[in-house]
Amino acid sequence: MAQLSSNLLFAAFVVYLIAIGFFGGSIRQKKGLEDQYQEQKGNVSGNIAIGLTILGFLLQIGYFITRWIASGHAPVSNMFEFVTFFSIMFVGAFIIIYYLYRSATLGLFTLSIALLIIAYGSMFPRDITPLIPALQSHWLVIHVMTAAAGEGILAISFISGLIYLIKMVDQEKRSRKTAWLELVLYFLVVVLGYVLISGVFQGTGYQAEFEWIDKNGQTAVQEYHLPALVGPNGWQLQTEGRMEPFAELPPILNAKKVNTVLWSFIAGTVLYLLIRFIARKRIGEILHPLTKKMNEDLLDEISYRSVLIGFPVFSLGALVFAMIWAQIAWSRFWGWDPKEVWALVTWLFYAAFLHLRISRGWHGEKSAWLAVIGFAIIMFNLVFVNLVIAGLHSYAAP
Amino acid sequence: MTLTKKKRFVIRSVILALLALAVAYTLYANLKGDRDLVREGDPAPDFVLKDLNGNSYRLSDYRGKGVFLNFWGTYCKPCKKEMPYIDRAYRKYKDRGVEVIAVNVGETDMTIQNFVDKYGLSFPVVVDREGEVQDAYDIFPLPATFLIDADGKIVKYYEGELTEDLVEQFMERVKP
Amino acid sequence: MNQVKCECGHVNPPGTILCESCGKILVESEEKKKVLDMRYEGTARRSQTYNRTLVDKIWNFFSSVKVAVTIIVVTLIASAIGTFLPQESTLPLSVSVKEYYESEYGFAGRLFYALGFHNLYGSWWYMLLIALIGVSLVICSLDRVVPLYKALKKQRVTRHAGFLKRQRLFSSGGDIKELDAHYELLKERLRKRHYKVLEENGNLMAEKGRFSRWGPYVNHLGLIIFLIGVMLRFVPGMYVDESLTIKEGETKAIPGTNKQYYLKNHAFIVETYDPEKDKAFEKTLKERGPIVKNYQTNVTLYKAESPAVAGEQPKLEKVKDYQIRVNQPLKFDHYSVYQSGFLLNEISAMTFALADKKTGKEFGTFRVDLERPQKKYDLQEGYSVEILSYFPDFVMGEDGEPTSKSQKPNNPAFVFKMVTPDKPDGEISFVAIQQNLEPDGNNQYQIKFKSVETVNYSGLTVRKDHTLWILAVGGLIFMIGVIQGSYWNHRRIWIQRVNSEVWISAHTNKNWFSLQKEIARILEGIRLPVPQDQLKDGNKRNLEGVLDGTVEQ
Repeated sequence: MAQLSSNLLFAAFVVYLIAIGFFGGSIRQKKGLEDQYQEQKGNVSGNIAIGLTILGFLLQIGYFITRWIASGHAPVSNMFEFVTFFSIMFVGAFIIIYYLYRSATLGLFTLSIALLIIAYGSMFPRDITPLIPALQSHWLVIHVMTAAAGEGILAISFISGLIYLIKMVDQEKRSRKTAWLELVLYFLVVVLGYVLISGVFQGTGYQAEFEWIDKNGQTAVQEYHLPALVGPNGWQLQTEGRMEPFAELPPILNAKKVNTVLWSFIAGTVLYLLIRFIARKRIGEILHPLTKKMNEDLLDEISYRSVLIGFPVFSLGALVFAMIWAQIAWSRFWGWDPKEVWALVTWLFYAAFLHLRISRGWHGEKSAWLAVIGFAIIMFNLVFVNLVIAGLHSYAAP
Repeated sequence: MTLTKKKRFVIRSVILALLALAVAYTLYANLKGDRDLVREGDPAPDFVLKDLNGNSYRLSDYRGKGVFLNFWGTYCKPCKKEMPYIDRAYRKYKDRGVEVIAVNVGETDMTIQNFVDKYGLSFPVVVDREGEVQDAYDIFPLPATFLIDADGKIVKYYEGELTEDLVEQFMERVKP
Repeated sequence: MNQVKCECGHVNPPGTILCESCGKILVESEEKKKVLDMRYEGTARRSQTYNRTLVDKIWNFFSSVKVAVTIIVVTLIASAIGTFLPQESTLPLSVSVKEYYESEYGFAGRLFYALGFHNLYGSWWYMLLIALIGVSLVICSLDRVVPLYKALKKQRVTRHAGFLKRQRLFSSGGDIKELDAHYELLKERLRKRHYKVLEENGNLMAEKGRFSRWGPYVNHLGLIIFLIGVMLRFVPGMYVDESLTIKEGETKAIPGTNKQYYLKNHAFIVETYDPEKDKAFEKTLKERGPIVKNYQTNVTLYKAESPAVAGEQPKLEKVKDYQIRVNQPLKFDHYSVYQSGFLLNEISAMTFALADKKTGKEFGTFRVDLERPQKKYDLQEGYSVEILSYFPDFVMGEDGEPTSKSQKPNNPAFVFKMVTPDKPDGEISFVAIQQNLEPDGNNQYQIKFKSVETVNYSGLTVRKDHTLWILAVGGLIFMIGVIQGSYWNHRRIWIQRVNSEVWISAHTNKNWFSLQKEIARILEGIRLPVPQDQLKDGNKRNLEGVLDGTVEQ
């Protein structure tokens, strides 16, 4: 059953990949601007594309159900499971938005990011883990799934905001805006770099064990899955023939995580420079033509609408249900735990977003930037807070 | 129906006043610290504890006398430092109606006895084995000292290491 | 400022921009605008009208959305800062806070501490920020909701021409005969789409979703109630938060209940997942080691029959038995007792033997109860061991003298004096875990460690919270408001006869594209001009040809 589950996920991945191609084709086939008057049948490519997307989505649901059966609990209990579930919600939100606005451009970008998210999640340990007592509650399903659904919907606003910026930021000359946009795209490349480099080394089963001295002066063991660029305090390599670190880190830092981050940035940067070198353009410039057929006002409305739809769901899942569960499990509904605080930060941010939109001056480009920042905050909560700032709440996989 | 200027002023003032009150209360409550039980001015919770010889000491028996109530542990450095001061001051004020009760937080008899012997302490040392008295007095950091007057009211709460001067001052203060 | 009487007969409050009843523009400067600002129906927002007294000025300040957003953003940033380094409340109790930040995080730590960020969420200025959000919520809402409600209530069907032509969606030049011909059809189509249709003199006004306009104010009310609940926690008695560490076999008073309730810990149980039984997790368990499946404390709850003073044990009567687990707290009276943590295998007693170092011959064993260590243990005739010092949590002091960090037996160490017939003055031996020191040089005898007894401690949290229901109500109202305001739109369509033409105007508070689509559908097959978006230049938004296929997409 567990194997079936993995296979279904893999199949979904492949299907999405193909769907991206068809969305691309659909964009090319369109003659005028994409706006919401696509309610007619749309072109053939587009229909195939959304059909494939739905198929992929169902396959992912299949993965979810089979994994639930195999493990006996809702598969949202560790980093891999949560990130994968988030991708399901993300694609699901897109399918709904597609039927409202019929945008193939949105499809192209959404599925690309969805693939990136699935790949990222797959880099984490995929073993089926049993639930620790704190997670043994119906609220696991209710809280985590609703929060992920909310985040998935909010993530759509990121996509349309991103497309807006790629379309509207003038790439003719360098400016602060082109630089910031490029930075966002660079980070996406870094994630891709992480996936590639981790994937490669995981594929070869690379493993290096280090003995080191932790901050209490005790000896501990760390197992690396990437060649060591930096090592832990007082490291001693146990596995023969493996790379030795260039630098030693103070015991307060988790050397293995720093190493992974370093590798991600190196791989990402190399990849980015390669792209720049080959294409002789900023990534923003490269992607620009893909966005030409999209009406920017529609993008703005999609952004706003997805926040409007997603904000209540997020409030409900990430705050209300979270507080109820925290009260039952930990005796206090709010403890200023980093993950709780960052959920609050996210909530406050989107509240500010909605209030700023009351003023027309904040529609359009400013809104798009805000949508990008909002998603960055969500991702910060998912990645940094979960993995780096360990707390009661973390999925911290070392 | 429109609001007259006066009505509007009154309504707004009332609302603002209420809000200001709420804000002020919140800030005040926060600033006054974590102790919401057993503050200065509150009656001292009664208790009964035994010393190392099995004698019971009940706080309410000390009505009419001033009580210097000190919470301590042998592993707490500032507690060690202030003990000699307390002992010296106690010898002076014993006849002036000031009692000292030193509540150990619940260490082993042996540890406490060694300590008492080492410092030659002359005042009652009782042991709060269950931790109930510490709960009742909301003790968190050590050392903690309470000054209780002859009517059983807490007149002062002091957190941290005492100097010899302070100990004298305190004893003087609760002298009946 | 005076009230303004409109030509339609309605008397408006001072400062009104659009007549509450017919929408006529009452303020000249508005006439220059192509499209009216309809956010508050053109009502006199009190704060914009009166600005004389200090009270007014304060009111106006807090009624501004800009100010509200600023406060929100500052709060957001402040909250984020508190996560960069661990907060004070997460540090172990025995640590000196200031030293911890400096030694662990160096300069960053020192700065963090100096700026007070180590206790950010409890600081007065953070509370002030939250309080200001509360103030802003109250004033912003009151300032807008009252006029808005009145205006939407007083609106008439027939609107002033100036109002209609300055709506964002507008069309004119419709054929009156066409309207007459399809009048009933239009009404029916509108009704089918859940519009409430009002008529006056052959003019139509269709409205739906007005209730969603109140959404934001409802959710603000919910937040205000929530904040009131939070504030009430400071009131003594409303909120109890204590912790209880209790070992197996012990009966203790439950802190925070004023010795009214006692708990007896019968057993503390920890179960881990069994790779044999739960095959699905086999791989993970083999790699990661044991994972806890369940831990619980089997307790009996007692009530004190009569009040007792601290230090006294009252007579107890049993209330009930319960198994406290995570997610399943013990509830009684207004209290809840939660399973929060545990300490496994804490040393409760150690057994030693006195032996000759060279021959290994033992002269007897003795058991030291770490809670009640004896001064002397007699073994055989002439053989005894005295404990000179006992350090439950041994550390070497700065002065080179052994001392204890706390009273918990985390790292027991002893200074033993071994008295034997041939060494009647005794030999001194310092014994700690994996350490054996002989301060006087080479001893003949030694203390050997034989065995240890352990006991499990259960960590429980005791709570009483009278504010929870207020917070719950606030949260519920907030959710209702946020759903009410987000998932529906307030839409109005006016179809009016003006100067022997038909004018169609429409307004919504959000989702203009959707409204346009809907109107286009309603007008399908009817030859009346579809309202166009007056804010669009180039008129890419020309709907007309699309539906009948004359314009290529």
